[in-house]
Amino acid sequence: MARGDAELSGGHGYMQRQSAIRLRWRAYATHKQLVFMFLPGFLVFVLFSYVPLYGILIAFKHYQLLDGVWRSPWAGLEHFRRLFAGHAFNQALRNTTIIAVLKTLLTFPAPVILALLLNEIRFVRFRRMVQTVTYLPHFFSWVILAGILFSFLGSDGGFNKLLGLFGVEARVWLIEPAYFYAIVVITHIWQTIGWGSIVYFAALASVDPTLYEAAIADGASRWRRVWHISLPSIMPTVIIMFLLSIGHFLSVGFDQIYNLMTPPTSSVGEILDTYVLRRLLTMDYELGMASSLFNSGIGLVLVVIANRLVKLFDKEQGLW
Amino acid sequence: MKLTRGERIFEAANAALLTLVSLTMLYPLLYVLGLSLSAQDEVAAPRLLLMPLHPTLSSYAKIFAHPQLFDAYLMTIERTVLGLAAVLLLTSLTAYPLSRKTFPDRSFIMKLFVFSMLFNGGIIPTYLLIKNLGMLDTIWALVLPGAVTAFNLVVIRNFFESIPGEIMESARMDGAGEWRIFFRIVLPLSRPVLAVIALWTGVSHWNAWFDAMIYMQDTKHQVLQLFLRRTVIEASLSLTPGEEMNMARVTYTPETLKAATVMVVSAPILLIYPFVQRFFVKGILLGSVKG
Repeated sequence: MARGDAELSGGHGYMQRQSAIRLRWRAYATHKQLVFMFLPGFLVFVLFSYVPLYGILIAFKHYQLLDGVWRSPWAGLEHFRRLFAGHAFNQALRNTTIIAVLKTLLTFPAPVILALLLNEIRFVRFRRMVQTVTYLPHFFSWVILAGILFSFLGSDGGFNKLLGLFGVEARVWLIEPAYFYAIVVITHIWQTIGWGSIVYFAALASVDPTLYEAAIADGASRWRRVWHISLPSIMPTVIIMFLLSIGHFLSVGFDQIYNLMTPPTSSVGEILDTYVLRRLLTMDYELGMASSLFNSGIGLVLVVIANRLVKLFDKEQGLW
Repeated sequence: MKLTRGERIFEAANAALLTLVSLTMLYPLLYVLGLSLSAQDEVAAPRLLLMPLHPTLSSYAKIFAHPQLFDAYLMTIERTVLGLAAVLLLTSLTAYPLSRKTFPDRSFIMKLFVFSMLFNGGIIPTYLLIKNLGMLDTIWALVLPGAVTAFNLVVIRNFFESIPGEIMESARMDGAGEWRIFFRIVLPLSRPVLAVIALWTGVSHWNAWFDAMIYMQDTKHQVLQLFLRRTVIEASLSLTPGEEMNMARVTYTPETLKAATVMVVSAPILLIYPFVQRFFVKGILLGSVKG
């Protein structure tokens, strides 16, 4: 408001602006104690969330460690040209897209189905048990989960022994590129199905019970009640969760991929995030930064689109 | 309630399906538990599907004798405790002024927080920043970057805003300063939200490995998760792509020992899980993030 006034009043602009600054200053001064509480955390936040934005310039510079970011000579878009011409980057981009599509199609519906099935269980204790078991993998890091999987899917592992009962030949599953995406999707479902179902289960709990009573009176079977009452009732939640998931379409799970990837599967497993990490480890900062900026730029656009779509669907919802 | 035949079939099929799903999800974990209790010569036996016939703790004895395990445990405990303290203190101190309607520029500041969730510099500038600050190989590299995050801040601030203003107003009438109001009134009333944030933060610090992998070069500063990664995953592959050849690290580790390492690292999570599960579920429904 104060700034708007200053601009409107022409000749007195300077004086007005001065007094606006003084007003602002006085506002902070009257909240001195609050300002002191606020500052330490805020400075830590700015240091780690905003100061690194300056480093984005590396993508447009010939970065010299000794000269620092600013004094290094400009490179224009050269690094981006190199990036898009490079085989490794294009492979990572392709793998990222494939994994993203697979996860969207296959992982996303899993928790919805689990919530619907859980909702049909009438024995609370059994339901709680299923919930406790299915939430558990969410609490483990991908290092632990991958540790379990390397044991379980190894040549002497439990999976091969189970298959051995049916006469299937033993394999080291994690080093075969042909199975990599299947393992990634299945283990992703393993980790997220229970935790993801919480939101839908909560939505199911708020469905009006008279709807079910009316359906029972009309002689609707259990299956029809799930299909015609439960599912439509949580559809708004499902749609919102789906739209929000568009926002992190390209984040296909660095922790999971990095820990499950082996040298033989790197051709199908390298994703944009692991590509950036490799550039960091080999100190190829310019190319890494160019890739990272490409990634987060698209990410930003997707989040904005997702938020728009959510708001179109339901004005009350959305990230901001 | 009397069930029709169709409904009985539905219920039985549903229960059977969910039981099968639960067992499938649990089986890999139980298998590793069984493996960790096996003698090495029993591993290849086709019978070993779950529990060994002759359980032994010898793998645990070996892993506990590993000198790096102790250091790694200490490092993880240290980062978890410091990380928790930093998150709770700094975030709630920063969130409190932002919950006050009269605090200047508060909507602009909230926008800064929300924007940080949508866009960031990525790992390369962050790594260079930590390096330039001289924080490599110090605990601060693991504690400070996550100390004040937008998500935690928004959740805590929303809770603070829901505290009735009259309580604080009357304290102010009695001459209490902001610090006193904050520590004596606001924090005690916010115990539920702080407990949820503390659990989230605690588990995520316990599970964190990536920051330690790039910021802590000295094996003395290795966190538990990386100890696990090195003894189990990297030993299974001999090497991970892109990492340097280091033949000294590629030693043969028996499967039983790897399994025992997995169990030792996940044990604390498994132990607290039954108690904290409820809090987490509550937390997920509380955490609607809006600026």
